Order: sequence, then C-alpha cells, then structure tokens
Amino acid sequence: MPDCTDPASLEGLAWLACYLTTGKHMAFYGAFGTVLLLLAVTAPAALAFGFGGASLARSRIAPLAWIGKGYIAIVRGVPDIAFFLFFVIALDQAFEWARHQIRCGHWDQPIWQGNDFVVCPQAKLPLSTADQWIHEVYGFALAVLTFAIVFGAFAANVLYGAMRAVPRAQIETGHAYGMTEAQVFRRIVVPQMWVYALPGLSNLWMVLIKATPLLFLLGVEDIVYWARELGGTKTPQFTSYPHGDWRMWYFLGLLVFYLAFTRVSEVVLARVTARLTRGQATLAGEAQRKRAAA
Amino acid sequence: MSCWETVADYAFRSLGYGERLLPRSEFTLCQQVTLIGSGMIWNVYFGTLALVTGFFLATAVALGKASAHPLIRKPSEWFIFLFRGSPLFIQFFFAYFAFLSLKSAYPFFDPFTSAWLGATIVLFFNTAAYSGEIFYGALQSVPKGDLEAADAYGFSGVTKFRKITWPTMLRLAWPAYTNEAIFLFHATALVFFTGFPARQQKGDALYYASYFADKTFNPFVPYPILAAYFILLTLVIISLFGLVNRRLNRHLPQDGRARLRLRPTLAR
Repeated sequence: MPDCTDPASLEGLAWLACYLTTGKHMAFYGAFGTVLLLLAVTAPAALAFGFGGASLARSRIAPLAWIGKGYIAIVRGVPDIAFFLFFVIALDQAFEWARHQIRCGHWDQPIWQGNDFVVCPQAKLPLSTADQWIHEVYGFALAVLTFAIVFGAFAANVLYGAMRAVPRAQIETGHAYGMTEAQVFRRIVVPQMWVYALPGLSNLWMVLIKATPLLFLLGVEDIVYWARELGGTKTPQFTSYPHGDWRMWYFLGLLVFYLAFTRVSEVVLARVTARLTRGQATLAGEAQRKRAAA
Repeated sequence: MSCWETVADYAFRSLGYGERLLPRSEFTLCQQVTLIGSGMIWNVYFGTLALVTGFFLATAVALGKASAHPLIRKPSEWFIFLFRGSPLFIQFFFAYFAFLSLKSAYPFFDPFTSAWLGATIVLFFNTAAYSGEIFYGALQSVPKGDLEAADAYGFSGVTKFRKITWPTMLRLAWPAYTNEAIFLFHATALVFFTGFPARQQKGDALYYASYFADKTFNPFVPYPILAAYFILLTLVIISLFGLVNRRLNRHLPQDGRARLRLRPTLAR
C-alpha cells in the first residue's frame, strides 16, 4: 500500500491506487450498495403492488376492476421517467398535506399560495430540524415508493396475465369442490400462476436493474451522481489529485457494471426457470424430461 | 394575452422560433399545453428517425446473429448484448461525454455533442439492438415449409430472402416490434436529462413539463398534459403499425390473421 500523504510525488499505479481510495471514491463505491439496496427493497414492494393491482383488475366489482386496469394502463402508456419526476413531488406534497391536516388545526392560510406550496412548520417532512441522514433516508424512501408504484404496474400486467393463464378446468374443479371465490384464488390460482408469470417477471427484473440509474433524477446521491462528480475536470487548487475530464471513463465503468450485473442475472434466472419447469406439464418441462431420459 | 397569441408565440419554441423567453409568471393552462406540445416535436423527431434508420441495422444484425459464420455472428451477438444489457440512461451519458472528449481532439465531432445528432445516434443503436433481437427471434420461427416451398419454386439467394424469408420474419415480429416502437418513443423523454444540453431552452416535452412543475411547484397540471400527449402518440403508433400489420397479413385466411395485441408487454 503506497503512502498517500503526498499525492503530487506519486506516479503511475501508485498514484492511481491512492486516487481510487480517496474518501469520495469510497462514497462512490458505497453508492453501488445503494443501488443494490434499492433493488432489494423495490423488487418485493413492486411485486406487492403488482399483486394488488392484478387482484383488483380481475375483481368482479366493476369500479374496483376499473381502478386496477386503469392503474396498469396509465402507468404503461406514459414514459416511466415522467412518472418518476411526477411522483417524487406529488408524494412529497401528499404526505405534507396529510400531516398538515392532522397537525395544524390553527393554520388559516391557504396551502397553495400562487406558485408556492406552504404547510405549517410542524407538517414539514422531514422536519427542518431533522438530521442530514433523516433527509437522505426520506429521499430514498420516496424513491423506493415511486419505483414500487411504477414497476408495480408492470408487475400487475404480468401477474394479471399469469392469473388468467391458470387452466380454467383447475378453477372449475375448485368451485365443484365447494370452495368460495377467495379460497379458489388462494389455493388454486396463486400457487399455480408463478410458472406462467416467471418469464414476464424475469424480464421485469432486467428492466428494473436498468431503471436504477434513474435514482439520480430523484435527487439521491447514487452512482450516476458520483460518476459525474468525480469524473469532472479537477484543478490543483481544489484537490490533490488533479485530472482532466474523465467522466467518459467513469460512465464506461458504470456501463461495464450494468453489463456484468444483467449477465449474472440472466444466468441465475435461467437456472431458476429450469428448476421451476421441472415436472411441469409444459413444452419446456416435457423437453427437460426427454433429455433426462435420453 | 389570448390563447391564440400564446400558441403563435410558443408552438415552435422548442425549435427556437417565436418568443425567446419562456413564461415567467402566471403559467396559464394554455401556455403549458402549447409549450409541452411544442416539445413533443423533438420526441417525434428522435423516435421516428431512430426507428426508420434502426430498422435497417436491426435487419442486418438479426441476419448476422443467425449467420453460421462466427466472424459475423459474434459481433452481432455482442452488439445486441452491449445495448440490451446496459441502461439507455447510462448509454446516453457515456456517449455524450465520449463525444465531448472527441470534440476537444477533433472539431469534426462538434455537432455530435448536440442532442439532435448525438442522442439520435444512441437511440439508433439502441433500437437496432432491441429490434435486432426481436427480428432474430422471428427469423428463427419462419416455418420450414415456407422455405422448402420457396426452394421448390426455384427461389434462391437474394430473391428468396426478399420475397419469402423477410416478409415472413416481419409478419411474425410485428406485434413485438410495435411494442419496441412504443417504448422507443417513451425513451426519447430521457434525452435532455442525460447531459445533452437543451441549448436556449429548446427541449422536449418532458423538459418543458418539468420546467413548469419546478416553477409552479404543482406537478398535477404539466405531467397529466404530458401523459395525454404520450398516450395520444402511443395510439397513433398503434394504429399506424396496425395498418402495416394488416398489409403483412393480407394473404392469410381472414380468421387466421394475427390480430395486433393492444396490450404491450414490457419496457426496455
């Protein structure tokens, strides 16, 4: 490990080693963790939203079905990036408005003042006295919720199709055994739909991975933020590691990171698919059986 | 100021014509609808140009991936993997900064750092990779019998490809390709958020929508307007592609025709 106290005297690899281990670079590497954390939290959340949306969409009660189908259709008809920009402000305002209603009974001024959105200080989210980390966590939570809403619609679309792909006879058999609608849904539809949903969900996972850089637009200090920050031209006045415009190389690094990540996901998902197809009465399952027999 | 005057001032603002300054106060509904609509010109421009040019590269890439020769197949596979395996957002950033570096060495690359050329090139490669994969899949599903019949009739080489293989490939790929087109147009909204500068505030629809949302601090007006424009655009794409789909399937028996599915499957 080279001595990094005097970077100006360093050359070549030693300089690079010191440069790549500065505090800011450590924050940059930490941001990769943020991306993984986002994926880990968002995937189940989106699945839950998707499950709710799909269940609503196939409801017998017309208004509920309209809500479910509308949710799927609108989020899918509009660019996802527009939703990201929209929901971050909209959710923030919705939360503050709700807190305002509860906490600020004495407040007599309108919330919408011309081009401003004003709530009483107690309703601010997070409170202006809160620590920096609370602000960051709140920003991240908003981002997760936004991702969950948008990708929940995609997941709802996949699950809705999967629920309808469960063979009709299975459901009718359930009814013949005297199960209620809810029981049929819980015991027959849900356990069987995953095989049909898997191709769509795998695809969705890939799309979700590739959507993570949009965190940058939601104001989270993610890898895109750091790549722009660290890659920009640095002059000797401000840093002991001056360099030219390296943003291109930083983004090349991100590109490689994402390529590797999607590649690994592809391999893992292929294995999961193979595992789940085992013993299924589908074309792929049949092919697997024949290969094993041969 | 009446609404017509606003339209006259801002209808082509995104191209640099009309009023120089964007609205600073009031922000009427009319202004928002006009300016966001004006921005849609760029979305349509990016999408159409990338789609039309990308179509040809996609066909080439699909044929390349299906080729038996590894020197042709490998580059095609890598091209598809590179552009489908990484986020478009990062591709834009990388391309922009790469063009910026090239520009400082060779002045020739100056126009590449502007959105109208640089972003179009990225979108062109991106859609070529996605469509190439779709076309490749379709090419693999061309019925063997059709090709044998073509051989029996004495078709060979380019004629066989142009008259038999290619139309069948397109016919099979068309529903998926329609999805790709829709999502390509959606992806154009990313351009001005990825480094490519909106010089003199000449931006796309999302650029203006976020401008209004920032100024009024009210996202509930500009974004629904944007959504309406995009839904309209999506419907136009679906109907145009539906026409082509009808033509591609016109030789099939009436009830056997593949109906274009209106439920697009997934995004990129």
